[in-house]
Order: sequence, then structure tokens, then C-alpha cells
Amino acid sequence: MGFWDFTVQASYFVAAVLFILGLKRMGSPKTARNGILWAGAGMVLATVVTFWHPSMEAGFFRYFLIVLAIAIGGIGAWISGKRVQMTAMPQMVALYNGMGGGAAAAIALVEMYSGAAWTHGTGVLALAILGAIIGAVSFSGSLIAWGKLEGVDWMKFSLPKAHIINGVVAAASVIVGLMLLTADDPSVFMITLLLALTLALGVLVTNPIGGADMPVVISLYNALTGLAVAFEGFVLSNPAMIIAGTVVGAAGSLLTLLMAKGMNRSISNVLFAGFGVEDGAQAEGPEGEMKSVEAFDAAASFAYSDSLIIVPGYGLAVAQAQHKLWEFVQALQKEHDVDVKFAIHPVAGRMPGHMNVLLAEAGVPYDLIFDLEEINSEFPNADAALVIGANDVVNPAARTDESSPIYGMPILDVDKAREVYVIKRGKGTGFSGVQNGLFFGENTRMVFGDAKQVCTDLAAGLKQL
Amino acid sequence: MITGFVALYIFMLAAFTGYEIIGRVPAILHTPLMSGSNFVHGIVLVGAMVALGHSHGFWQTLIGFIGVVLAAGNAVGGYVVTERMLEMFKTSKD
Repeated sequence: MGFWDFTVQASYFVAAVLFILGLKRMGSPKTARNGILWAGAGMVLATVVTFWHPSMEAGFFRYFLIVLAIAIGGIGAWISGKRVQMTAMPQMVALYNGMGGGAAAAIALVEMYSGAAWTHGTGVLALAILGAIIGAVSFSGSLIAWGKLEGVDWMKFSLPKAHIINGVVAAASVIVGLMLLTADDPSVFMITLLLALTLALGVLVTNPIGGADMPVVISLYNALTGLAVAFEGFVLSNPAMIIAGTVVGAAGSLLTLLMAKGMNRSISNVLFAGFGVEDGAQAEGPEGEMKSVEAFDAAASFAYSDSLIIVPGYGLAVAQAQHKLWEFVQALQKEHDVDVKFAIHPVAGRMPGHMNVLLAEAGVPYDLIFDLEEINSEFPNADAALVIGANDVVNPAARTDESSPIYGMPILDVDKAREVYVIKRGKGTGFSGVQNGLFFGENTRMVFGDAKQVCTDLAAGLKQL
Repeated sequence: MITGFVALYIFMLAAFTGYEIIGRVPAILHTPLMSGSNFVHGIVLVGAMVALGHSHGFWQTLIGFIGVVLAAGNAVGGYVVTERMLEMFKTSKD
């Protein structure tokens, strides 16, 4: 082993260790910031030494192209990453993830077009083809996921008999993949056909999935990209890619399962049946009188409580009300000595943990924020609960009504608090289309209005006391 | 080449590592962690560089070039958004 070969391999080893330690540190709020720095150091190290990788062929133009490509991709991503709003984070992650999948597919294509993939035996060839398929599906699928969450109109379309078309394209991809695997002399046409089929497959599979399920899909594509990277790592004999890709593939799969569980959905359910399909029939719900109060009265009630639990939902973020809410909470804590906690449902926001990011952006310290399991036992002892822009995740029907589409989904037991206040834009239902019995409860008061305006009014109400 | 059972062992051990790492993570960090793991598979950049580094002819070079652009976007974008999210997490004692 020559000097540079040794240096490259040793650096990849160090990078793999840094990735694993970095990811581990990202698992605790105290060390998380540090974790991304470690992983980042590993990435820089691995990237720099790759210029001396033994498989690189000499030539100024070649190196110029590599540096140019890194600059284009890197600067573009740097600017978009710095500018993106925190509410748009899920689709941005989808976009970057899709790029990774596309890169894995590109590696497979170069190795296949050059014929190199056929020189290492059937096992490696199979991984090259599999990586190409997964990478291309993840690439086009993630782009569609991004378009859906971003609301890009020209990306919207629907096909008749979509599941039959999807089945045909999927079967064709597998057949072409198998033909390439057994071919002695692979044709450029077949390789290109595989690319076209798999790109189409990603679009077709992702398109019918509803926006509410998109986080699960993004997470799934994240795991798949990891796998594709690992497979291409075997093709290139690159241990850093194998280990980092496999770790992400496994971690991402588990994360996807956790997310789906939090939403009371199975992965196959998300992929093969749209949530909106059965929604056509209006679910019968509880009826009665909603009791509405002014923000001032709610503020007074909070000021004289000992403990308040706030349940923020995505509506809070859409209204950009988290800063105003935090101002109000600080006033409650300092001037009225109220014990305030935040309760976050696993799927609040658009993906698990998204709401935590949005609250952190407003300056809410994470030790005031609690998970469903941690806080549910505290609702019966709370003087008041405040629900802002959340609906299905606090619907008691999930506990009691077996006929409800959300039956069995874990919910926050807000209805057990002594008094419940709900800030809501109007009298509509959540995205599951189910009416919420909580809103008609004996101890529930509704404060109708835009979340940001109501939070401002709450803070103003406190000052008048 | 890393082939046969050695390849299988590496794959299996790395998969367990990934599984264990995420198993103990509080839900509040799931979004940054998804973003962080998205950054880590940005390592595909080194593979894309090698692919472009030994590509031949116009088409292979073009595909390799696109691969490096995409991979760099994955790595840099993943880092920037993860860092931005994690920077905001603090306790009331800070």
C-alpha cells in the first residue's frame, strides 16, 4: 500500500468514526450541536483526501471539473440552506436527500456505462444495479415530495388506474434490472432504459400520497438514499460510503417506523392508500354548543392558575405565532408565577420534532418541552391547558370511539385538565376530517381567531390585570 | 474489493450501529436527527468524485459531473440546515 493510498484509507476510517460519534452526540440535546460539528469534520477530511484517491486519473481538466462541480452544488445548497424558513424545513431536507439519491444513481451509471460494474462479479453487479434503482427512485420521489409540501402547482397531476401503471413500471424496472444482471455485454440502451423507468417509478409512487403523510415518505427516502450510498460503496470499494450509508439506512428505517407509529399509520398504508381516499364520507361526530370566550378572559384565568400546559400544533407555526406565545408565557412565569410546560405530540408540526425546532427558534428552552409519554399523567393535575392550532392530536375519540378513523392513535389527554382553552381559526375539522368532542366539552372554552393575534391579545390582557 | 462474508459482516454491524444510535433519541430531536443523517449520507460525495475522476468520454463525464454537483448539494445543504436547527436548542439555564 502506497503512502497516498494509506492516507486515504486511514482518513476514511477516521471519517467513519466521526460520523458515528457525531450521530450519537446528536441524540442528546446537550451534545447535539457538537455532534454535527464532528460529523462535519469527518466530511471535510474525507472529501479533501479523495483528491489523492488511487482510482483518480491524472489531468488538470478532470480536477478542475471536480472542484467546479463541488462549488456549484455546495454554494447553491449553502445559500438555500441559510435562507430556508424553519417551517419549510421538511421539504428542504427532502430536496437535499433527493440530491444524495441522484448522486448514488449517477455513480452507478458511470460504473455501468464504462462496463466497470461487470468486472467485479455478480454480487457487486447486483448491488450496483440495486443502488441505481433505489437512488433514482429516491431522487425523483424526493423531488415530488418537495413539490407537494412546497405547493408547486405544475407538479400536481393524477393518473387514472394509477396502481396498475405503477405496478407495470415497477415490474418493468425489475425485469430490466435482471436482464442487465445476466447480460454479458450490457447495452447502453438497457442501462438508459433502467434509469428512465426508475425515475418514472419514483414520481408515480410518490404522487398519490397525501401531504400529511409526506414526512414519513421523506424519512423513508432518507433511509433508502443511505442504502443506495452503501451499495455504491461496495461497487467502489469505499468503506466510508459503506459504513455511513448503512448506518443511515438503518437509523432512517427506525426513524420512519417511529414516525408512522406516532401517526397511527403503517408504512404500507402510507405508500399504497391515500389518507384522503376514505375521507369522502363525512364522519359523524359529537355535536353541541361550543362555548367561546375573549382572549382577555382567558388571560385572566391563566394568570390565576398555578400550572398551565400548552399544546402547540402546526397551526401555531403557520400563523408564525410562536414568538408572541413565548412573550406571553414569559410574562406568566415572571409576573404571575405560573408553572408553564409545553406538551408536544410526536407528529405535531410536519414531522417528529419539527414543533420543537419551531419553539426553539422562538427561544423556548427545551427543558420546558415534554413528550407525550412524559406529560400525559400531568394533565389531571393541571389547572389549565391551552391548545393552539392542534386538533386531531387532542381528540378524545382516539381513546374511546372505535368507529373513528383516528381510533388508537396516541393523543394528549388535554380533556383531563381542569380547564381547557382552545385557540382556533374557525369551527372546521382537522385533516382527518373528524369532528373533535373536546371542543364541546363541559370544561372547554374556545378562543376563535388567528393564533398570532390571539397570543398578542393574551399578552395585552395580562398587562390590564 | 470488499466482498463475500466480510462485506456481509460490515453491513450487519453498521446496520446495528445505526439502529442503536437512533433507539435512544428523544422525539424532540427527531427532525434535526433526520436532517443530520441526511447530511451523513452526503459522503456519497467521495464516491461521486471518484466516479468523475475516472470517467471516460462525454456522457460518463457529464453524468459524473452531475453526480458531484448533487452530492455536494446533499452534503453542504444537509450540514447547513442541521447546524441551524441544533444551534437553537438551549435550556432555561443558558
